[in-house]
Amino acid sequence: MTLNPRLRQFLQAVASMFVLLAAWQIASFFFPYYLFPPVQDIVVRTVRILVNWPELKQVLETAMRIFIGLAGAFLLGSLLAIPIGRYPKLESYITPFLVFLQGIPALSWVIIAIIWFHGTEFRIAFIMIITTLPAFTFQVLDSYRSMSKDLFEMTMSFRPSAWTLFRVLIVPTILPGILTAWKINLGNAARVVVVAELVGATGGVGYELLRQQQLFDMAGALAWTIQLVLFVLVVQQVIVWVENWLLRYRPVSERAA
Amino acid sequence: MADPLIRFREVTKEFSRPDGVGTFTAVDRLSFAIEKGEIVAVLGKTGCGKSTMFNLLAGLIEPTSGKVDVAGHDPFSEFNAFRGKMGIVFQNDRLMPWRTALDNVVLGLEILDAKRAEAEIVARRWLARLGLSGNENDYPHALSGGMRQRVSIARAFAVEPDILLCDEPFSSLDEMTARDLRAEFVRLVKQAGKTAVFITHHINEAMDVGDRIMVFHRPARIAYEARMDAASREGSGRQAIQDEILKVLSLETGEGMPAAPVV
Repeated sequence: MTLNPRLRQFLQAVASMFVLLAAWQIASFFFPYYLFPPVQDIVVRTVRILVNWPELKQVLETAMRIFIGLAGAFLLGSLLAIPIGRYPKLESYITPFLVFLQGIPALSWVIIAIIWFHGTEFRIAFIMIITTLPAFTFQVLDSYRSMSKDLFEMTMSFRPSAWTLFRVLIVPTILPGILTAWKINLGNAARVVVVAELVGATGGVGYELLRQQQLFDMAGALAWTIQLVLFVLVVQQVIVWVENWLLRYRPVSERAA
Repeated sequence: MADPLIRFREVTKEFSRPDGVGTFTAVDRLSFAIEKGEIVAVLGKTGCGKSTMFNLLAGLIEPTSGKVDVAGHDPFSEFNAFRGKMGIVFQNDRLMPWRTALDNVVLGLEILDAKRAEAEIVARRWLARLGLSGNENDYPHALSGGMRQRVSIARAFAVEPDILLCDEPFSSLDEMTARDLRAEFVRLVKQAGKTAVFITHHINEAMDVGDRIMVFHRPARIAYEARMDAASREGSGRQAIQDEILKVLSLETGEGMPAAPVV
């Protein structure tokens, strides 16, 4: 019997997770509780966070910070990328600046933000935006540059206004790149938000992780980490669905799995 | 006699060389006139400047010197004066892959701010005229090359342009499909009383489509011109023009001239 490729992929993923969990469980028999707590304890803590509103609120707070950061970086990145795409001379001025930003570690931005700004939310938004801005800009710029010259000429032959050109040609052209950028930056943002919250916040998953470290509670640390992983997986799946719907014009073989 | 609809007066177009040193002339003091309702086939070897002339006519590039006049306007400096006045059929179909066949035909009308419902009615009618009823909701990847080119013809006609510009529109199709579309194209242009400039590098195609043929030598200048009437489309009249075109083309060095099989 031949399995559906998607079902087979899913079963393979389940199998590898099962092996990881089994190895962890075995380790919990031989190592102290604070190093390897049993799997069931981690699961219980994970579920408890999900059903306990004050704790779930912390997860949602982090999710909101990720969204705000990504949305801000996406908007700013697009505002930078489209003029650079239209006027290539701008690139020589803006790209070195973005490359420089890209080289600064997230932790350095946390320190800078703490020194520069007062409000916690503003600090975190700043860190999220500044760390994901270069990647968004470059990805949107790449998509813009991949715009077909043929389609541009064809559209121009109807003499569209700048807004109509943007709507009928530029947006659909850069859309696949935007969706990919969101998928990639989501993972980056989830890592950065934890660092930002760990050092500069009084709530959210990063702050809770700091508390678990102070309590030496491995089950709690893992349970909070899993919240973030689950959040990233769920949002990525939502993006894949949106992508498959928006890019439904593509042949089935070219769609995201 | 009325003024011609299209007039090139001593038009020259120079481009910078790719290495940035000096310029090369793609169109050299080109002059011609096209009357309303005429179909003019422009013939020439690859690289002779046909497409540059096409882009000048479409207003997509500016002449270095001389004047391009279309219905009393400059298509480059008065770009927006030609909204809905020109329809272009390109060498490849240039369909937007994210739009269905219907939406691709609607595109021009949408840009011209037509109401969606009205635009759809017009687009459906053109698709039906070109034998694509039932394919309205298909995306381009699901259509054959011939069907895609039909959609692009429908897109050009749907805006009811006064002038149709065609840049080797059937060159990527097999001969049978190209022949059918060619005949359909001429019928539609004549029926609607449009003016058309049809660029090709196939001698027989130029003779089948054009009321007049202009043969270009590099850099784009007219080396030979022939009017096609009923007598010159068939038999010895056709043969004589064909021989003359071949002779003119052979006088120019450069890439070979692919002649479509006589059908």
